[in-house]
Amino acid sequence: MSFDLHLIVESLPVMMMGLGITIKLLIISGVLGLVLAIFLLLMRISGKWYLNFPAQMYIYVFRGTPILVQIFIVYYGLPQFEVVRDSVFWPILREPTGCAILALSLNTGAYVSEILRGGVLGVSKGLLEAGSALGMSAYHKFVYITAPIATRLALPAYSNDVISLLKSTALASTITIADMTGIARTIVADTYAPYEIFISLAIVYLIFTFGIQKLFGLIERYLGRYTIREQPHE
Amino acid sequence: MNDSTNKTLITMEGVTKFFGPFQALKNINLKVRKGEKIVVCGPSGSGKSTLIRCINRLEKHNEGQILIDGKELTDQVKDINAVRREVGMVFQSFNLFPHMTILKNLMLAQQLVRKISKTEAKDTAIKYLERVKIPEQAEKYPIQLSGGQQQRVAIARALCMKPKIMLFDEPTSALDPEMINEVLEVMVDLAKEGMTMICVTHEMGFARSVADRVIFMDMGEIIEEAPPKEFFNNPQNTRTRNFLSQILSH
Repeated sequence: MSFDLHLIVESLPVMMMGLGITIKLLIISGVLGLVLAIFLLLMRISGKWYLNFPAQMYIYVFRGTPILVQIFIVYYGLPQFEVVRDSVFWPILREPTGCAILALSLNTGAYVSEILRGGVLGVSKGLLEAGSALGMSAYHKFVYITAPIATRLALPAYSNDVISLLKSTALASTITIADMTGIARTIVADTYAPYEIFISLAIVYLIFTFGIQKLFGLIERYLGRYTIREQPHE
Repeated sequence: MNDSTNKTLITMEGVTKFFGPFQALKNINLKVRKGEKIVVCGPSGSGKSTLIRCINRLEKHNEGQILIDGKELTDQVKDINAVRREVGMVFQSFNLFPHMTILKNLMLAQQLVRKISKTEAKDTAIKYLERVKIPEQAEKYPIQLSGGQQQRVAIARALCMKPKIMLFDEPTSALDPEMINEVLEVMVDLAKEGMTMICVTHEMGFARSVADRVIFMDMGEIIEEAPPKEFFNNPQNTRTRNFLSQILSH
């Protein structure tokens, strides 16, 4: 069996037509997931059991089931309910892209909230005591002390989750979405050349991941600027 | 010395504090008048940090009453923050906000809690940085400063709130020996200006020269309370004598 370079050259541009959808899935689910994660985090650290408990259950369910199953449930399951079909969300949930974004957001939100909580737990108790001693309110302490420090602490694990989300977007191809993976599967079905196509697809994802890593590296360096002793003191 | 010197700023009556089954404070009675300097010493685990942490309610006492400038410490959040504004605190581990420059560290609570304008907060911050003799560090981050400098910044940060009382929780215990004096000097200056101070410290030289009263605690109780001269020359309690012989022996 030979490796058909010509086929790669021909099909790469076609696959790249799905790049836009991949990016769209990644960014929209990423942002919605982050917003959801912040809400879940606030519920988790509220100290109120009736907020903490539902958030914990939510996280348990969405971390405890395969994302592929979640996508199928949203895509095949939800439209069976008349309530869903009559709701204002129907125009979104009617589209496979809407379903994929919803499922990806719900899933990543569960993971990211735990990542953020790790960051919050990492903030030294002494700093919050210093804030209290200065008369700062709980809200001010969270916004000015906990949040910025927790963000820095959570960033490495968060970038991991964004990369993970990028790869999860490929699952959208299972519900008819023509993202990069979806297009690749169509080409493979036509050409019977899985090696060439899937290996070049893998390389595209690698390049994408590299970009995300670099971006987070820059953000990490910026947020961590206060952790470096620039001028060593005498 | 003027009339207001006699005003009682801190009253603790029958204060107890438990951590689970462990009793950290037993029937603490203490009155501190305006302008007084109190040094609290005692072996580790004797409750001295817990005592001063109860004064700004970083720890909630279980029984008894604590009055700060006439206001009783209760569970009312608003009241607590009102009291905390008036009580500055310096910690053993400095606790400067690591993600803010020195200047921002000094300005933050002024703006948020005292609702002071940015320019005014900055002026105050610079004024106090000059008082602790490190105005040139204003734009640096805490990690770029030495321990002694960080602790002086922490003192300045507390002073920016114009507190009536300053609490020091072992302010020099985390410092290298050569940095202890620069922090003590700032504290001595503050004492000379008439600040009401309660210092948990083992710096007996500081206690001798600055304190109006020295309090010795052991096992959650105030064992002895006397002016420094009496306290060091003629301690009444055996436990005090043992403690002093241990820390002054070398």
